[in-house]
Amino acid sequence: MSLDTVKHAAGTPESAQPWKELGLKEDEYARIREILGRRPTGAELAMYSVMWSEHCSYKSSKVHLKQFGEKAPQTDALLVGIGENAGVVDVGQGYAVTFKIESHNHPSYIEPYQGAATGVGGIVRDILAMGARPVAVMDPLRFGAADHPDTKRVLPGVVAGVGGYGNCLGLPNIGGEVVFDPCYQGNPLVNALCVGVMKHEDIHLAQASGTGNKVILYGARTGGDGIGGVSVLASETFDSTGPSRRPAVQVGDPFQEKLLIECTLEIFREQLVAGIQDLGGAGLSCATSELASAGSGGMRVELDTVPLRDATLSPEEILMSESQERMCAIVEPGKVDRFLEICEKWDVIATVIGEVTEGSRLEIFWHGEQIVDVPPRSVAHEGPTYHRPYARPDWQDTLQADDAGRLARPANAEELRAQVLALVGSPNQASKSWVTDQYDRFVQGNTVLAQPEDSGVVRIDADTNLGVALATDGNGRYAKLDPYTGAQLALAEAYRNVAATGAKPLAVSDCLNFGSPEDPAVMWQFAEATRGLADGCLALGTPVTGGNVSLYNQTGDQAIHPTPVVAVLGVIDDVNRRTPMAFSEQGQLILLLGDTREEFGGSAWSQVVHDHLGGLPPAVDLEREKLLAEILISGSRDGMIDAAHDLSDGGLIQAVTESCLRGGNGARLVVPDGLDAFTFLFSESAGRAIVAVPRSEELRFTDMCGARGLPVSRIGVIDGDAVEVQGEFAIPLAELGAAHEATIPGLLV
Amino acid sequence: MTARIGVVTFPGTLDDRDTQRAISIAGAEAVPLWHRDKDLKQVDAVVLPGGFSYGDYLRAGAISRFSPVMGAIVEQANGGMPVLGICNGFQVLCEAHLLPGAMLRNTGLHFVCRDQKLRVETSATAWTADYAAGEEISIPLKNIDGRYTADERTLDELESEGRVVFRYQELNPNGSLRDIAGISNAAGNVVGLMPHPEHAVEPLIGTGRTDGLAFFTSVIKKLVTA
Repeated sequence: MSLDTVKHAAGTPESAQPWKELGLKEDEYARIREILGRRPTGAELAMYSVMWSEHCSYKSSKVHLKQFGEKAPQTDALLVGIGENAGVVDVGQGYAVTFKIESHNHPSYIEPYQGAATGVGGIVRDILAMGARPVAVMDPLRFGAADHPDTKRVLPGVVAGVGGYGNCLGLPNIGGEVVFDPCYQGNPLVNALCVGVMKHEDIHLAQASGTGNKVILYGARTGGDGIGGVSVLASETFDSTGPSRRPAVQVGDPFQEKLLIECTLEIFREQLVAGIQDLGGAGLSCATSELASAGSGGMRVELDTVPLRDATLSPEEILMSESQERMCAIVEPGKVDRFLEICEKWDVIATVIGEVTEGSRLEIFWHGEQIVDVPPRSVAHEGPTYHRPYARPDWQDTLQADDAGRLARPANAEELRAQVLALVGSPNQASKSWVTDQYDRFVQGNTVLAQPEDSGVVRIDADTNLGVALATDGNGRYAKLDPYTGAQLALAEAYRNVAATGAKPLAVSDCLNFGSPEDPAVMWQFAEATRGLADGCLALGTPVTGGNVSLYNQTGDQAIHPTPVVAVLGVIDDVNRRTPMAFSEQGQLILLLGDTREEFGGSAWSQVVHDHLGGLPPAVDLEREKLLAEILISGSRDGMIDAAHDLSDGGLIQAVTESCLRGGNGARLVVPDGLDAFTFLFSESAGRAIVAVPRSEELRFTDMCGARGLPVSRIGVIDGDAVEVQGEFAIPLAELGAAHEATIPGLLV
Repeated sequence: MTARIGVVTFPGTLDDRDTQRAISIAGAEAVPLWHRDKDLKQVDAVVLPGGFSYGDYLRAGAISRFSPVMGAIVEQANGGMPVLGICNGFQVLCEAHLLPGAMLRNTGLHFVCRDQKLRVETSATAWTADYAAGEEISIPLKNIDGRYTADERTLDELESEGRVVFRYQELNPNGSLRDIAGISNAAGNVVGLMPHPEHAVEPLIGTGRTDGLAFFTSVIKKLVTA
């Protein structure tokens, strides 16, 4: 096939083009022709198709995402907000922290190992591109039913991919989630978070400015992997009868990425770059158009200089390739030699592929002939915007009317005991150590807390003991019952988890996993969840700094539960004051903070015992969450509490079980006045935590709670080697531990 | 005097900065060494830290042993300089024939990350003098290729010469023969092990124990009094 140059395109307006196969709609293709005043060349069509895909353009979601900016709370902590590769937060002492959560859902279903591995790789490069050293990762994962045969294919592959890539990069994996639900059977959710640290002055942005500055592509060679990944994979519903799309999944090389990290950090240290962007979804199309769009001038690229793995690749394929482990930097001419020298030191291939120009066009050439001539903003930032119709589904009322409070409760102490064991041994509540023991949590030597603790805590300065804490949470069952409240519950839980370890919550990143935006019911869920999250972030004073939207998580007309996953970042001034979850001292008192109501809608109990989903999720009170967080942070800072654990899915008995097993100590519990044992143990009321307090601190702590208006009740003592609920039952730790530990290995080995 | 301990960085090394920090905490000066340099910068001892040097391509440690820095290390190790190989560093020492045997994929076929109990079998090496023989310690283990293997004659020889330095306790996490977690050369100056002492030197970090610190204090005492 002959080269489709700009000149050729101008002269052949009637040539048929495969816009439909590339995922563009008819009106979108017409708009491209209008922007260019001619038909696009093949290379231009490739660029627009990937950049205007749902994955890159957020065309269905951006009218809703706007709220995160409009409702952003006033804060001095935000140094870089939404729109860059990742948001940046001031954590004090001159340090800035950048973090972001992203999805790699569709690739991970098709090819679990590489899908998950490259998900980690992509988010790590986003963090690196901001100028930061990546210091930790987390992975919230969701799979189909635990006992479904395909889960045995997908889960081990995903876990091995997360571990295989992250371990090889030397990034501690400090937390995340593993959740099972039949709604994720054909659409597992693989979300990945990375956090990085830098000094304020090291922040880098993705922009190409300064006429004559060089464009350097460095890292891996460009190959045929991942071509069309964004347009075909992330933006279309899976069709079980379609052809295999395996070649559209990228293949990762973590060793190359490790070199890229160290090489880039050395380049940053010598202040050699004026702008930088990683290559992820949409590859070079994205990097060149975004850099040029955000900068002041234009850009000229000689595409035939790109180092290739496969010499037969066409210019269109090179522009669309999603080969991993590549970065693109804008470098002043006088600094190019030193830049290339550092790349050589790290055995990283680096090539000058173009330069920043005076004009305002992105121009790409192939052996001297022009194949792209576009306004970069029209590709990168002015893609289509859809106001998709949305409507509250007609089944929502029926679902909410199906109150979980009407479900049969345990009739006697024996049944209560059996249900406790069933709960803590259920796949969602069971220990996930089979998964997390495949991740390195120690590397870098700064891990203060890691899973299964409420949040992961890493030290960022060994001299001052400054640290950051991170937690990710989401509950699709709650969000299905009420997407607005469900999103706020996810936020509240992550916020509470950060505070439970003693850190002050500062900022939010979100990964919004939903079904098809073309379904008005799904779009309503999305609209409600984003509204809930934006309102919640405003109320808690924690801005959304960035994140990711993953749509089309559905097979046929079966959408996943709406699943907003929320990451909260916190800061702790002295990591010595962190609060672990383990009950480690016999004789200490166990206090319950917050109010317990009869709230079972969407609860783990209703799922495990009755396989039921209906009613309303627990009520959210964000003012109460703030107060609870303040108490947990004060208690940690002033040395009043020795352990804390957030109450969420599974309720109090789940939290007590985890704290007891972690510390190797039992607990004697007394049902407080005004509550029945069942509600006490299984309710999932929000805004609650348990703490372990030395007897000498009890009065000081309860006085503080009293003075600030936080309900507190003494519910027991750390004692013996069983979890005992007085007057009801006792379960030896060994029995509880066996139930909690055996489930996941039993399902997967 | 302050002992100077070199820490080698190969492409793909991960625990180099952690190891440098551990050396500083123990009271010595950590000297970064680059794999392409033949110059060991007059260090008194060398640590080969963990990681995935060269991506573990071909075989863990197989490419690193040909790095320029290894020539100098092999020469000085044979002359008595203390050398410690941790995890990937142990694999490199085996590939470089400073230690016998090799590491295979874990029997469970998974990466394993855990707090691992070990018994220190001998204090007669440069890196274990501050432990008591028979002492039990607990330090992090994290690897996928950690199954120590050697032929029967080599294993018998290691046992009879007191060169099995560490043995896994309670649970053998990777199927290592005779529960071997670490060994030394005949002179006791070269030690390799799979678990990570550098991750257990601060009470707050990692497992919350400091059982790994004595590796570094052992060698420092030896160097300072030498």
